[in-house]
Amino acid sequence: MLQHCRKLALAGLAALAITTAQAADTVKVGVSISATGPAASLGIPTKQVIDILPDTLGGLPAQYIVLDDATDASTAAKNGRRFVDEGVDVIIGSNTVPTSLALSAIAVETKTPQLGLSLAAPRPEHLTWVFSLPQTVDVMNSKLFADMKKRGVKRLAFIGFTGGYGDVWLHDIEPRAKRDGIELVSVQRYERTDQSVAGQVLRILAAKPDAVFIGGSGTPGVLPMRELKARGFKGLIYQNHGMANNDVLRLAGDQANGMILPTGPVLVAEGLPDDHPSKPVALAFLKLYEGKYGPGSRDNFAGYAYDAYLLLDKAVQQARQSAKPGTAEFRQALRDALENTKELAVTHGVINMSPTQHAGFDQRAAVMITVENGRWKVLD
Amino acid sequence: MDWQIAGFLAVDGFTSGAIYALLALALVLVFSVTRIILVPLGELMVYAGVTLALLGHDRVPATGALLLAMGVACFALELWEARRGTTPRRLALAAVKFLALPLALLLITRWAAPRALPLPLDMALTTLLIVPMGPMLYRIVFQPMAEASTLVLLIVSVATHFALTGLGLVMFGPEGWSAAPLWDASFDLAGVPLSGQSLAIWASSLLLMLALYLFFSRTLPGKALRAVAVNRLGARLIGVGSAQAGRLTFTLATAIVTACGMLAAPLTALTYDGGFVIALKGFIGAIIGGLVGYPLAAAGALLVGLLEAFASFWASSYKEVIVFTLVLPVLLWRSLASHGRHHDDEEEE
Repeated sequence: MLQHCRKLALAGLAALAITTAQAADTVKVGVSISATGPAASLGIPTKQVIDILPDTLGGLPAQYIVLDDATDASTAAKNGRRFVDEGVDVIIGSNTVPTSLALSAIAVETKTPQLGLSLAAPRPEHLTWVFSLPQTVDVMNSKLFADMKKRGVKRLAFIGFTGGYGDVWLHDIEPRAKRDGIELVSVQRYERTDQSVAGQVLRILAAKPDAVFIGGSGTPGVLPMRELKARGFKGLIYQNHGMANNDVLRLAGDQANGMILPTGPVLVAEGLPDDHPSKPVALAFLKLYEGKYGPGSRDNFAGYAYDAYLLLDKAVQQARQSAKPGTAEFRQALRDALENTKELAVTHGVINMSPTQHAGFDQRAAVMITVENGRWKVLD
Repeated sequence: MDWQIAGFLAVDGFTSGAIYALLALALVLVFSVTRIILVPLGELMVYAGVTLALLGHDRVPATGALLLAMGVACFALELWEARRGTTPRRLALAAVKFLALPLALLLITRWAAPRALPLPLDMALTTLLIVPMGPMLYRIVFQPMAEASTLVLLIVSVATHFALTGLGLVMFGPEGWSAAPLWDASFDLAGVPLSGQSLAIWASSLLLMLALYLFFSRTLPGKALRAVAVNRLGARLIGVGSAQAGRLTFTLATAIVTACGMLAAPLTALTYDGGFVIALKGFIGAIIGGLVGYPLAAAGALLVGLLEAFASFWASSYKEVIVFTLVLPVLLWRSLASHGRHHDDEEEE
């Protein structure tokens, strides 16, 4: 028994020695993602990217601690606490607005920089420590509404998920439509799991819109489009970049043809003009990602995760000159370096951060695309 | 709203209502015989729908492997129980049932999936893959604790639901799957469009209900199940074992939801976690029927479907709220009614 205890103690010491050896100068990154639950389709590609990232950041060894938050805000908060206990230098995640917000509160409290992967831009009260990767709804919708104006849309109808995701889009579309002189003739909501949207579509058709915007994401966003077409709707169908994945094409088949949506450039890297700053970065990323997960596996959320890596790689290079990883000074230096990011070309566009702008993409991060014969096609 | 829109919404409501009705029947069936509120019925429904969709896309569904894994677990349980003595014949039978047949099905699935087989064959294969999961689930999870209280059974049932949802994510991925319609036709009924799929759903639901009625009123196993539902101890005294009854009930209920899944798969994209809400609506129908009466449960489920269709037209943001609020007055009325009855009982004593 004593022998056994001694063995255990020795093993424990050895383990401790390994951890301390690792801790010296290792940048620890806490990654909380929604790999299960309703947002699993966003979290899984994120995780797949983390798995293939190089094991250095800015020339220092890097250690990723990846935890699943099951698309649940309180689990995300628990993950955040664990990251703090592990002494991480930076937090990446999570994929949805509520889970990201839960992490933001902890990031601000413990003065740890956070790179969010959700659609919402950081809130003013979190702005100091929180940065966000995905294009904001504002960036995407400016592009989308420019397209609507070009095509002469006067009457727009909206159908989106009940709850957070639909709200994010609707709250941006309502004032924007008013400003652009487009009448929002019908607002309908549905659930991700609904089997039918016949009632909502009837209401939309009765309002006689020129175009319908669908605020859903992934394969459940196909249902309204299918129903609209089945009921003979001949107008334009606008989708959002939450629909830009290959499962949507697989499920919608012919009915996806002609839908118009904004997306990050990474999805259509091959079709970008040669002078687009993201083209070489995106092509390099796609080679890495699709090389591992198969052709056609590309996904916007995989791109965000990789962009978070590119952003961190650059910032750590700068921060390591003034402090050592694992210290409060390093986190402060890292935050400052992130905020000073200028003209960094990543797979989704070009990032410019400033003290007031922590979601750093501009119009170069949005590309209007459509579907032609079951394939994505750049419109511009 | 003119009568044409009303007719259209009614068609839509009856279509989803028919699916909820089948789920409600399966829930009532399982509850009355085993006292289990079988939450994971929604997942089994999704397994069936997605398996059919995957076969239609000429891909190998992972449900074949899951069936074999469940079979192995069942066989291990049989071996464990064989400690206390068994006959070689019984063991051989278990090996055939839990190992050989699932393995054969797995091989058949592997062989058949890449070939573009006609829809009826895909449906038959789906049925063979999913239906045995019901009794196996009973064998693994519920049979060892058949005498537990209703509350414990409910908790275990919820746990099983989470486990099956997780397995669904692993097997099918996060995105939805949709199958080809059974009957790709469209009719015009006095201005109201009527799809072949809706007709197929109504016809299959009616047929299944009729079959269920005949089974319970005309056959010996059906009567035995009814006996267990009325009085478990009494049924055991006359030779109807509760394990036997449980397995048969789970087989029937899984067969019903397998049909549900295959009928619903062409309507929308079935996601790994979407079955729960659909089953919940069937559950509301069953609650309206008091979890005992089959016709009442089916009627309640149809009401849920209709309410849902009209609510999605009038106030789509509040659709779920309206549907799920329906359960409140029903529970209130039921508890008041039963309270009055208890009161009478006490007075008589």
